[in-house]
Amino acid sequence: MAAGSAGLHEPADQLDPGTIDRHRAVMSIMEEFEAVDWYAQRVDATSDPELASVLAHNRDEEKEHAAMTIEWLRRHDPKLDEHLRTYLFTEGPITAIEAAAEAGADADGPSGSLGIGSLRDDGAAR
Amino acid sequence: MNHLMRELAPITEAGWEAIDDEARTTVERFLSARRLVDFEGPRGWEYSAASSGRVQKKAATQPVPGVHLQVRKVVAAVELRVPFRVSRAELGQIDRGASDVDFDDLDDAARKLAHAENQTVFEGAKSADIAGIVGASPFAPIALEGGYETYPRAVAWAVERLREAGINGPYGISLSPAEYTGVVETTENGGYPVFDHVKRILGGPIVWGPGTEHCLVVSLRGGDFIFESGQDISIGYSHHDEENVHLYFEESFTFRVNEPQAAIVLKR
Repeated sequence: MAAGSAGLHEPADQLDPGTIDRHRAVMSIMEEFEAVDWYAQRVDATSDPELASVLAHNRDEEKEHAAMTIEWLRRHDPKLDEHLRTYLFTEGPITAIEAAAEAGADADGPSGSLGIGSLRDDGAAR
Repeated sequence: MNHLMRELAPITEAGWEAIDDEARTTVERFLSARRLVDFEGPRGWEYSAASSGRVQKKAATQPVPGVHLQVRKVVAAVELRVPFRVSRAELGQIDRGASDVDFDDLDDAARKLAHAENQTVFEGAKSADIAGIVGASPFAPIALEGGYETYPRAVAWAVERLREAGINGPYGISLSPAEYTGVVETTENGGYPVFDHVKRILGGPIVWGPGTEHCLVVSLRGGDFIFESGQDISIGYSHHDEENVHLYFEESFTFRVNEPQAAIVLKR
């Protein structure tokens, strides 16, 4: 395997091709978010407004790359797909979503809950 | 399908979405206790009781000499259920893309449910052996005397009393609707809004408390008042006829006060 996709923890000949492809995707996502983090820090640090604008643009491009790769990974990992469908684009305390998902795990259809949970401004829910 | 039987209702996906959205908005507007107490769960419809960590002293016996039998004390879950109906003609309008749908009965039921939840937390439910915050507070109520411009002083006293008892902040206050309106529309001598001054003293929210007559200051430090949800507020299907679909709001929960000293009542 080329150095750019290194990082396997087991011999490549013992791994499923799908596992290796998902590894490639995971590595790419890590690199994209690392780049987002670097760009964000440089935007903060530079005193040149034009450079800050360019770096911010590039930072946001990396987010698009990360999102596209996450979507590829979701389509190739059913369990990740399930978790993303549970947690993404929701509102309210995230831990309450986990509890609601577990409570409704046996139900075939929609749970019927309005998903209100805690209404404290500090989100105090356990 | 779970016990709410929603799949049996003659309601389209768009209809359910409109019903759930309207219900969520209305219920949230009227819920006040959840803005001040700790929320745990939801644990699911099967959830029946919370542990109190105590035993019933009266029930202790010795069925066999030398064998001590004790019965655990639990806080049983209460179920709240409010029926309402939605017109099938109105549901048809939703499917045609209408946005001005008549949900009056749903809104009324949502308000009642929220009031009942607020009352159970603040004032308790004797039949369910749930002690509310008001009844549990060991402090003599602080008198609200004079106009609303005196609120900051009364709230400052309440906070001071809690601090003396070792109860840290931040603090929040629940006000009955009439008191809330009075506080919102009053300014002090210098023109400073009473609402802002009270909020500053508390370090936490001023909550509009429909369905309750009491005003009380509570600590928000956590761990004192536990609202443990079984099934969070949900909508289920009962039956339908030619004119209407009959639905209901339902929830289950327990409420317990771990530290009665963490709240103090203000009384006019």
